[in-house]
Amino acid sequence: MSQQSEMHLFAPGHSGCPGCAPSTVLIHVVDTLGKDIIVVNATGCMEITSSQYPHSAWRVPYIHSLFENAPAVASGISAALKAKGNHHTKVVVIAGDGSTYDIAFGSLSGMLERGDDVIYCCYDNELYANTGVQKSGATPIGAATTTSQAGKVHHGKEKERKPIVEIAAAHNIPYAASASIAFVADFQAKLKKAAQISGSKFITVNAPCALGAGFDGSISMKVARLAVQSRMWFLFEYENGFFKLNFNPKVAKPVAEYMQLQKRFRHLTPEEIEKIQKLCDHHYIEMLERQKASDAKKIVFDAVTQPPSTPPASPSAPAAPKT
Amino acid sequence: MIKTTNGATALAETAKNCEPEVVAGYPITPTTHVVEEMNRYYANGETKSFIAVESEFSALSALIGGAAAGARTFTATGSQGLLLMHEVLFCSSGMRLPIVMVVGNRSVSAPLSIWNDEQDSVSQRDTGWIQLYAKNNQEASDALIQAYFIAEKTFIPVMVCVDGHFLTHTTEQVDIPSKDEIKRFLPPFKPMVTLDPDQPLSMGVYAAPAYYQEFRMDLHSDLEKSAAVISDAGKRFGQVFGRSYGLVEEYHVKDAKEVLVGLGSAMENVKAAVDEMRKQGKKVGALHVRVLRPFPREELRRILSGKHVGVIDRALSPGAQPPLFTEIVEALQGTSSTVSSFFGALGGRTLKIQESKQLFEKMSKGKALKEWITVTVEKNEAEIETC
Repeated sequence: MSQQSEMHLFAPGHSGCPGCAPSTVLIHVVDTLGKDIIVVNATGCMEITSSQYPHSAWRVPYIHSLFENAPAVASGISAALKAKGNHHTKVVVIAGDGSTYDIAFGSLSGMLERGDDVIYCCYDNELYANTGVQKSGATPIGAATTTSQAGKVHHGKEKERKPIVEIAAAHNIPYAASASIAFVADFQAKLKKAAQISGSKFITVNAPCALGAGFDGSISMKVARLAVQSRMWFLFEYENGFFKLNFNPKVAKPVAEYMQLQKRFRHLTPEEIEKIQKLCDHHYIEMLERQKASDAKKIVFDAVTQPPSTPPASPSAPAAPKT
Repeated sequence: MIKTTNGATALAETAKNCEPEVVAGYPITPTTHVVEEMNRYYANGETKSFIAVESEFSALSALIGGAAAGARTFTATGSQGLLLMHEVLFCSSGMRLPIVMVVGNRSVSAPLSIWNDEQDSVSQRDTGWIQLYAKNNQEASDALIQAYFIAEKTFIPVMVCVDGHFLTHTTEQVDIPSKDEIKRFLPPFKPMVTLDPDQPLSMGVYAAPAYYQEFRMDLHSDLEKSAAVISDAGKRFGQVFGRSYGLVEEYHVKDAKEVLVGLGSAMENVKAAVDEMRKQGKKVGALHVRVLRPFPREELRRILSGKHVGVIDRALSPGAQPPLFTEIVEALQGTSSTVSSFFGALGGRTLKIQESKQLFEKMSKGKALKEWITVTVEKNEAEIETC
């Protein structure tokens, strides 16, 4: 174990729960991006469990400031590195969905609009776990939390989550992606891609909370995988304005199969589950349409932006469209 | 170089000459000009960065990142902007980051007012920052240079508080040292620790009950000890530039029976009142509290013992005695001083020479007073549009 753990830049011995998927996110982020990074962590589970004085699980430089300012802190670090002529060290924000979708939303939007050179990685467990399971802007419709309770009148969260990747992409940043901790190769590829691009990069990675969603920690990866397989969560990316759906099996698992593993959905009636199934189907069609539209755009874009390799052979040859 | 300029522009030029590596800015009256000037320097390649943040909260947060990465930092704000930073103020001092910020003092909403009093920064006195106040723009510019010296020696952030409009928008002659001149006083910033991949460490960690209080005790005692560094900075500054500073500034205090004590530009008017009254043979004096944090308790006790002290508060603690008054009463406990409290001159009103003289007259009767400073303002004066 010790030999194995020495290889990780996020060390064992932190106080994350057994089966904590977000902790696994941290391992992949730092191991994939390597030693030449500075981690900016927002307040949350991953901060509390990784850096309790006088201990720290981080083998890379790490800073935590507040809940709602990690993007701005990262902007400041990025500016300092540039001012000092350091153009190689990557600045990486690691923040939960409570921070990303809600309290740091303005700060995040500011950073993305400025295009500061930062990789922003949200570990998305779809709730406020650190304060004991409250709903966030990432909590899926129907899910019960302590602030979207399943009662006699109200049955869990009544509205869908924010489309955070689309919102990030709408800032015209070069890279925005959705990943899952159960699809590690895809997640790592996205991190590597982000590391090659200058400007603001945004990745949210679905990493379910065993405690918050109500399942045993031994099945965290199974739950995460089912979220994608049931189309409750999509793997996709926006690269320079072009969309790509990264995982598209012909047949999806029913959302009920994903939901039945988790206490947070137990209160839902078959009719309510059916409604959520329809929403997922609807979103899947949207994804396909987005892919089609992006492919069509790519064809036009290539035609417009790529100059002809050789001059027209004859006057009758069609001229390349002007940019 | 002596320039005739407004306070905001003078402060921006001074800041630029201190060569901050990370500058973040968000507009707010009365420090918008400072931010605009810093951006102009950046646009012309005279400074290395300008982060046009989306809020004051992010402005100070960006400086946390910058300072943690080993950069000298700068921003300017006031009023609502400073209040929005409240949480970040605690965080930056707790993390012991030597950030320097100009505060253009302005009243706080509601009701909305863009004019001057000192409620904004006085309300931040418990955030663990060093607070320097200026009576005029020369002092403000000089305090800013000293702020970097102090912050980088003590690892405690410093705010330089400058009365909005009365100073930021007032044109005066200011001697602004050049970069080279500043280097004769201010050594390069050498952080104790920094975010460095070659030497990874964790900053801003979580402290359980077994450790939390020790961090706060350190900050408290280091704030107290910083008084010596501030005094030293004021003396060294005088050796280089010919203008020396202490924790407080006395004006005809030694033989005075009545002394008015306060913060900021109003004290210039009090000094003028002292001059006029001294001509009439009245033994009055003025004392400017240049450093509110750390509170110069011992100096005040030594200087003011036995006198009738009138404390001017241009900030309130609604439902309690005014803040500066309370602290001076505590400092003078057990002495034979009489302490009067004069509070008000808020939201664009200030203590003028005439009112200052009236306060001295009232104090001369010997009784301790507690009353509002009710400076009347012409209505049309209050309706003037601003930028």
